[in-house]
Amino acid sequence: MCDHCGCSTPAPHAHGHAHDHDHSHAHDHDEERKTIALHQSLMAKNDRLAEQNRGFFKGRGILALNLVSSPGSGKTALIEATLRALKDEFRMATIVGDLATDNDARRLRAAGAPAIQITTGAVCHLDAHMVQHALEDLGDAPVDILFIENVGNLVCPSSFDLGERLRVVVTSVTEGEDKPLKYPAIFQNADAVVVNKIDLADAVGFARETALANLKAAAPRARLFEISARTGAGLDAWHAFLREHAPRRPAQPREAG
Amino acid sequence: MHEFGIAETIVQTALDAARAHGAARVDVVRVRIGDLSGVVEEALRFAFESIADGTPAGGARLEIERAPVRCYCSSCGVEFATAPLDYQCPACGAISGDVRGGREMDLVSIEVS
Ligand SMILES: Nc1nc2c(ncn2[C@@H]2O[C@H](COP(=O)(O)OP(=O)(O)OP(=O)(O)O)[C@@H](O)[C@H]2O)c(=O)[nH]1
Ligand SMILES: [Mg+2]
Ligand SMILES: [Zn+2]
Ligand SMILES: [Zn+2]
Repeated sequence: MCDHCGCSTPAPHAHGHAHDHDHSHAHDHDEERKTIALHQSLMAKNDRLAEQNRGFFKGRGILALNLVSSPGSGKTALIEATLRALKDEFRMATIVGDLATDNDARRLRAAGAPAIQITTGAVCHLDAHMVQHALEDLGDAPVDILFIENVGNLVCPSSFDLGERLRVVVTSVTEGEDKPLKYPAIFQNADAVVVNKIDLADAVGFARETALANLKAAAPRARLFEISARTGAGLDAWHAFLREHAPRRPAQPREAG
Repeated sequence: MHEFGIAETIVQTALDAARAHGAARVDVVRVRIGDLSGVVEEALRFAFESIADGTPAGGARLEIERAPVRCYCSSCGVEFATAPLDYQCPACGAISGDVRGGREMDLVSIEVS
């Protein structure tokens, strides 16, 4: 087929118009060309499914959080610590994305919550469709707070709405103070930024003032938490943040009497 | 990188639209990409060329229009164009958390023949 006009000749030919075959049709490229307006978002499919997930969470009264970070910042450690601390207060479940292993899912189960594993293979982010399938596995179990641990990556997950209510970026003192400046897209609309591993701050010479200034500039909407998932330092403020957003359990009336 | 996924959607949508209009090939594809989309232009071009190759969109020109970051300042009641990491209102100096543009990833139009 001729590459330019679509006529049915077998091989591509030079198109300065030294045709070596006869055209039986009139043939003016400028006139044949036409523009088709499309005006559609390339994320439309994901966004539609994310809205469905959001509706599902709303209908069930579930607070869904999407936790994103670089590999190893401590997403799993933060969720583990939270599950252990709040187990008598909330019914919690987790969905965890991992490229290959189910180590995180096993850690989360050991911390006392159902964990639905999404193995993403070569895909470096979760999308709304994967989460929708994970929700089928969740079944009818009542849940107050759902932690969705995204794949360790600060780039791709920023484009994929999962239908969550809160997006939490986890970073750690070992990653350098300028991290937020390198990944503006993921920080800009974060609802919370958790700076983890503060137990290591002195050891790594963490420049706290610079780091917080960079975070405030890059993540203007975010609540900031400085914590150690290992020692438990700073977790009280994080728990209070979750309580603020979590649905109230019908089993525990707000006011007595 | 998810530029490949985006390029796949671009090529597939363009081919579907071309077919629906009875066109044999796609010559130009125009997209609009926000400065806060996280999309790397070079990666997108490479992915687009690879995926379009061997289809009626092979060799098509990919035109990328950038969409600036746009913030809304609630004190001033104005929207202003800015850049990633700079969310400060030029009029009053307040930091805006209300970003209303810059995350676009849109397929705007195609030219077919
Ligand atoms: N010192 C210290 N180490 C921590 C802390 N939190 C997590 N770690 C360690 O950091 C490593 C990574 O923690 P994870 O919780 O697995 O991090 P993650 O973000 O889930 O990692 P991926 O899922 O692989 O992206 C582990 O060895 C943890 O023990 C902390 O507060 N302090
Ligand atoms: Mg993990
Ligand atoms: Zn990706
Ligand atoms: Zn202003």
